[in-house]
Amino acid sequence: MGKKGIILIMAALLALAIMPGCGEEKKAEPVVEAPKAAPVAKAEPAAPQMIKIGGIFSITGGASYLGDPEKKSMEMAVSEINAAGGIEGGMVEAVIYDDEGDPSKAVLHAKRLIERDNVVAIVGPSLTPTSMAIIPDVERAQIPLISCAAGNGIVIPVKPFVFKTAQSDIHAVESIYIYMQEKGIKSVGLLCVDDGFGQSGHEQLVKQAANFEISVIADESFSASDTDMTAQLTKIRAQRPDAVICWGVGPSPAVVARNAKQLQLPMPLFMSHGVASKKFIELAGEAAEDILFPTGKILVTGLLSDEDPQKAVLQNYTEKYQARFNEPVSGFGGYAWDAMELLARALPGTGGDKAKLRDNLENLSNVVAVSGTFNFSDEDHNGLGADAFIMVRIKNGAWELAQ
Amino acid sequence: MPEFYQYLFSGLTNGAIYAIIALGFSMLFAATDLINFAQGEFVMIGALILVTLWPVMGLPLPLAFVLAVLATGILGIVFERLAIRTVKKPDPIVLVIITVGAGIFLRGVAMIIWGKTAKGAPPFSKMPPLEIGGAYLLAQSVWILCIVLVTVLAMHFFYSRTLTGKAMSACAINKRAASLLGIATQKMTLLAFAVSAALGGMAGVIIAPITMNEYEMGAILGLKGFCAAMLGGLGNSWGAVVGGFALGIAEAMAVGYVSSSMKDAVAFLLLLLILYVRPTGILGGKAIARF
Repeated sequence: MGKKGIILIMAALLALAIMPGCGEEKKAEPVVEAPKAAPVAKAEPAAPQMIKIGGIFSITGGASYLGDPEKKSMEMAVSEINAAGGIEGGMVEAVIYDDEGDPSKAVLHAKRLIERDNVVAIVGPSLTPTSMAIIPDVERAQIPLISCAAGNGIVIPVKPFVFKTAQSDIHAVESIYIYMQEKGIKSVGLLCVDDGFGQSGHEQLVKQAANFEISVIADESFSASDTDMTAQLTKIRAQRPDAVICWGVGPSPAVVARNAKQLQLPMPLFMSHGVASKKFIELAGEAAEDILFPTGKILVTGLLSDEDPQKAVLQNYTEKYQARFNEPVSGFGGYAWDAMELLARALPGTGGDKAKLRDNLENLSNVVAVSGTFNFSDEDHNGLGADAFIMVRIKNGAWELAQ
Repeated sequence: MPEFYQYLFSGLTNGAIYAIIALGFSMLFAATDLINFAQGEFVMIGALILVTLWPVMGLPLPLAFVLAVLATGILGIVFERLAIRTVKKPDPIVLVIITVGAGIFLRGVAMIIWGKTAKGAPPFSKMPPLEIGGAYLLAQSVWILCIVLVTVLAMHFFYSRTLTGKAMSACAINKRAASLLGIATQKMTLLAFAVSAALGGMAGVIIAPITMNEYEMGAILGLKGFCAAMLGGLGNSWGAVVGGFALGIAEAMAVGYVSSSMKDAVAFLLLLLILYVRPTGILGGKAIARF
């Protein structure tokens, strides 16, 4: 083999390397095909055709804790809708793909859903980066997208065809400040993690403070890998704010909680919805006591008063999910469940017309769902308010509603 | 003034951790001219082994402590045997890249063994924080400072008073000459890996109660430890200690008197400054000549 042969092989390798598409082609089979129970449609060949709805979730990979319950909830919602006779007699079919948390895979799947599967709407993706990545494609194709990710950038500024069901830090901050105002707290010290979650929270905390007559008198940050935040807390304590708000997610807020206990911080400590898991109590131990934070209502369904409009919806979802999948309900599957609920209400009368579906979605109001009560408008494609969150306090290693 | 003390305590605690990690870097470099970028992963493994043995399996703390340090030491030996000694052409750059790869490998293995979720550990002794001049010092910080101090003194004794320690220094100065004098240089290399890994493991064990332990915790600690070793003068044990404390205190003061968003920047600025003004580090002497 001469020089020419080597060059040829190199060229072939190069060609393979720059065509990732061919390798992926086979892998991108839909995770879920048609619903298993569709005997009604088969028995009546004259029935309207299938209504295909696409789903893109991070079912495997680092964000599988989001994508897996979302996929399950979407499947569950589809079989519910079909069991109840479908939409105007048409059976719903979910075509779900796994993006593994990778934005480029999400784009690939979105294109496939739009061009090959001909879906009327897409639910998901699970993450903010994957959602942002597919927005240009869905906008161009004019196909409604209901994202399950939390990032504000998805719906701000409003994009005509993009909606989302997950609560965002706008509502979390609002619900903390409403609580503070009731308790007469006038000044706060902020301690935010220096990643995307912390920055977005910080922006909202600073922006909304004035609306509630609260002044931010100390403003510190920490990095998620720090082992000691006593220096930051000391600096905040020296300013004597009425309360401290720590905005972080993952294990680092537990370190902050421990450090606050160590310094015997005299003022109440608030945290973000990022600590709304039993894991936080486990990590912070005794230091978690008396910490206040907002959380979506699904985690405290049992504690809600019977007057709460969401209670019945939450109980219904929780019971069905646990019965069907035999695992505890997660705080995230509800985003996909709600997306299907919204579509089920918006689909009738559209006959598969995507622009009509979009208009119907935008006009939906007072939809009581798992993540909150949705009131969409042409200015708000998230449709939730501060009542999507509820303030919780940690007492004796468990959650209780903060009154 | 209480604020100053609080910053100082925070700096001393972090500084002690950086110091012991830096010591691991430094002693391995002194003996083998090699920078082991998997050092942070040994810290992580030490911490996770302690969490498994002590709070989870319920072994007594001293036993769990010793076992965790020993286990990381043995891992260091395995690492040297499998990844370093088998290299056909041991160029320094090849070896350094191998250590980077080994670090990634160890992180992956730890993720498979211990999972992705962080684990906490209770402090060594259940004592309330000490109040000194209006500032609070955690009992665990006292443990960390004492253990680091004892370790540093033990290392000093090892290098200056024992034959093995002197043999190791000889290897560092000139491997071939040391070998001609009858020193088993390969054994010395192996020993250096074991001790350096064990030092990393010990750092992990003592910080396990004050941080959250997960498979990714090692990377940034390793980087800070490397910074501290460079700051103090690579290859110099006392330099590693001085560098570690200087870095920890500089970081805490930067948070207190400048801004918490400047914390990491200040640490690295300090490093650049030292390298510019005094390239051999604060206490470094001849180290630079060997590069």
